[in-house]
Amino acid sequence: MKNRITSLFATTKKDILSVFYTAGFPNLHDTVPIAEALAASGADIIEIGIPFSDPVADGPTIQQSNKVALDNGMNVKLLLAQVATIRQTVNIPIILMGYLNPVIQYGVERFIVDAAKAGVDGLILPDMPLYEYEEQYQALFEQHNLCNTFLISPTTSEERIRRIDAATQGFIYAVSASSTTGAKGDFTGEQLAYFDKLNKMKLSNPFLIGFGISNRDTFDRAAAHGAGAIIGSAFINLLRSSTNLPADIRQFIEGIKQPSRV
Amino acid sequence: MNYSVDDRGYYGQFGGAYIPEMLYPNVEELRSRYLDILQQEDFRREFDDLLRHYVGRPTPLYFAKRLSEACNAQVFLKREDLCHTGAHKVNNTIGQILVAKRLGKQKIIAETGAGQHGVATATVCALMGMECIVYMGQVDMERQRPNVERMRILGATVVPAVSGSMTLKDATNEAMRHWINNPTDTHYIIGSVVGPHPYPDMVARFQSVISEEMRSQLQEAIGNPFPDYVFACVGGGSNAAGAFYHYLNDEHVNLVAVEAAGHGINSGESAATTALGKPGVLHGSKTLLMQTEDGQVIEPYSISAGLDYPGIGPMHAHLFDVGRVKFVSATDDEAMTAGIMLGRLEGIIPAIESAHALAALKQFEFAPDDVVVVNLSGRGDKDLETYIRWGKY
Ligand SMILES: Cc1ncc(COP(=O)(O)O)c(C=O)c1O
Repeated sequence: MKNRITSLFATTKKDILSVFYTAGFPNLHDTVPIAEALAASGADIIEIGIPFSDPVADGPTIQQSNKVALDNGMNVKLLLAQVATIRQTVNIPIILMGYLNPVIQYGVERFIVDAAKAGVDGLILPDMPLYEYEEQYQALFEQHNLCNTFLISPTTSEERIRRIDAATQGFIYAVSASSTTGAKGDFTGEQLAYFDKLNKMKLSNPFLIGFGISNRDTFDRAAAHGAGAIIGSAFINLLRSSTNLPADIRQFIEGIKQPSRV
Repeated sequence: MNYSVDDRGYYGQFGGAYIPEMLYPNVEELRSRYLDILQQEDFRREFDDLLRHYVGRPTPLYFAKRLSEACNAQVFLKREDLCHTGAHKVNNTIGQILVAKRLGKQKIIAETGAGQHGVATATVCALMGMECIVYMGQVDMERQRPNVERMRILGATVVPAVSGSMTLKDATNEAMRHWINNPTDTHYIIGSVVGPHPYPDMVARFQSVISEEMRSQLQEAIGNPFPDYVFACVGGGSNAAGAFYHYLNDEHVNLVAVEAAGHGINSGESAATTALGKPGVLHGSKTLLMQTEDGQVIEPYSISAGLDYPGIGPMHAHLFDVGRVKFVSATDDEAMTAGIMLGRLEGIIPAIESAHALAALKQFEFAPDDVVVVNLSGRGDKDLETYIRWGKY
């Protein structure tokens, strides 16, 4: 079977919208309906966060969603069951993203196997060292048809970007600025030069731009430089304040994805 | 047995650098340069000179006569409490700010629990004229108020960490977030032998002056450099790392690390990591960690803010794993009692952290001629309010 992420990037080169949210937030069993609403509204990739007590790369919005999700009783086992449920109706790529420690306690190898079985297409484990992936897990990812996505940032050296590119299947997650999640996305000349550099490097993988993408405007500007963009904190803010998830999600996603009426 | 870090940053199965990519360039810059910098002649000269004339080293190795009688052994106190700023923490901050200067950094950030590391960082920043921001859990800011004001007098900005348990772990999270957001001009002075490689090794090297001095001081006092026992408390483990460092390969020297048992190891309110922890990843390294079955970090508890941390440095996790260091624990009550006892017997009021090391002496049956060194990591001035509230003196 083909991996849904590689299939998507093989056919779609522009304006891919990936949406991140935290599993078990705002309520424990919202994970499934949120994914269904995202798929129905035209999102291209669903990225589900595994909550962790100490999310050091995240700003206040995602920190708070992690805390609420944990207070709700979210854990890896339940998340994998929820993903299996999502897979009964949803056929776009699903990525799980999380800090390494909950995965280690579940068992990294067991996690890879069970995630693939549940219908997950890719993982993002931002604090897993590149060498550890290459030496211990890459073969297992490939065996189970899972993509692994690494982050790069404006301070990542060209040499390291090449090495990350070589270890990646699917896509690279280009963090737009040196920042935690939830920063404001008003791209500076420096950031534009960084996107430019990435394009000129002719990497073997496409990249999505994330961090600071919050609406149509920032999405369009980011997507102009890569294969698309990732929205996280802004979507979580929407979930937090929503009283009608399916309707609000539809409005949010359509507001970003629909061709603008000129 | 090899106890040093390997070239990938591991002590056995523990250590490494488990960091998001946004931190990688900073940590890699430090990793690739620290050993060279530490070996530079001008670095050594400046470091040694400051330790001597500014910190007040060597700190005395004091034979505690009345404590020795009470313990029925020959007890020496390594007086880190007499360091400028009142604890061993300054050995590390002097070293790191000299590294930061050589890396061309202009700003310094730090986390702090008891406030001792924050004060030691604010102090060296004042000394070097560098901007200083210290993250401190809001709970700790309340229980260590004098240190908060000391940092402010020294010109540092103290930022309360209001996430999680609002203690040391959360202050560390906030400092790491700050570093992610300020990747080029800022150096993060971590206050213990924790964090991603090369921090544990670098901090241990700076603190190793403690056991280096102990060796020559014991040579003078008893005619050989070897005690039978060395005791040190462990929060992250920097004072213990310093006190053990030059004895690790002398297997006949018993090394004892004392963790904070809080209200008791099985009370649910404790910070005794080796008793309660499992291997995991926090703050950039693989180490022993207090956590739930799902891998969520457990909020630790200790009366002592400096020991209130859910992990230990990876080097200690390894030393525990291979049995080179014996890990024991002392409760709040035992530590407070021991702290007051030292005041009465020797006229020295220790930091509550250090009082944990003293409290563990009771758990050992010494021979009368056993030479025991307790690393008195800090003084009790910052803890006066806690002593007063505890009463019973
Ligand atoms: C006096 C004193 N001792 C010990 C510690 C614990 O730290 P470490 O285990 O790194 O020595 C602290 C921390 O604040 C301290 O202030």
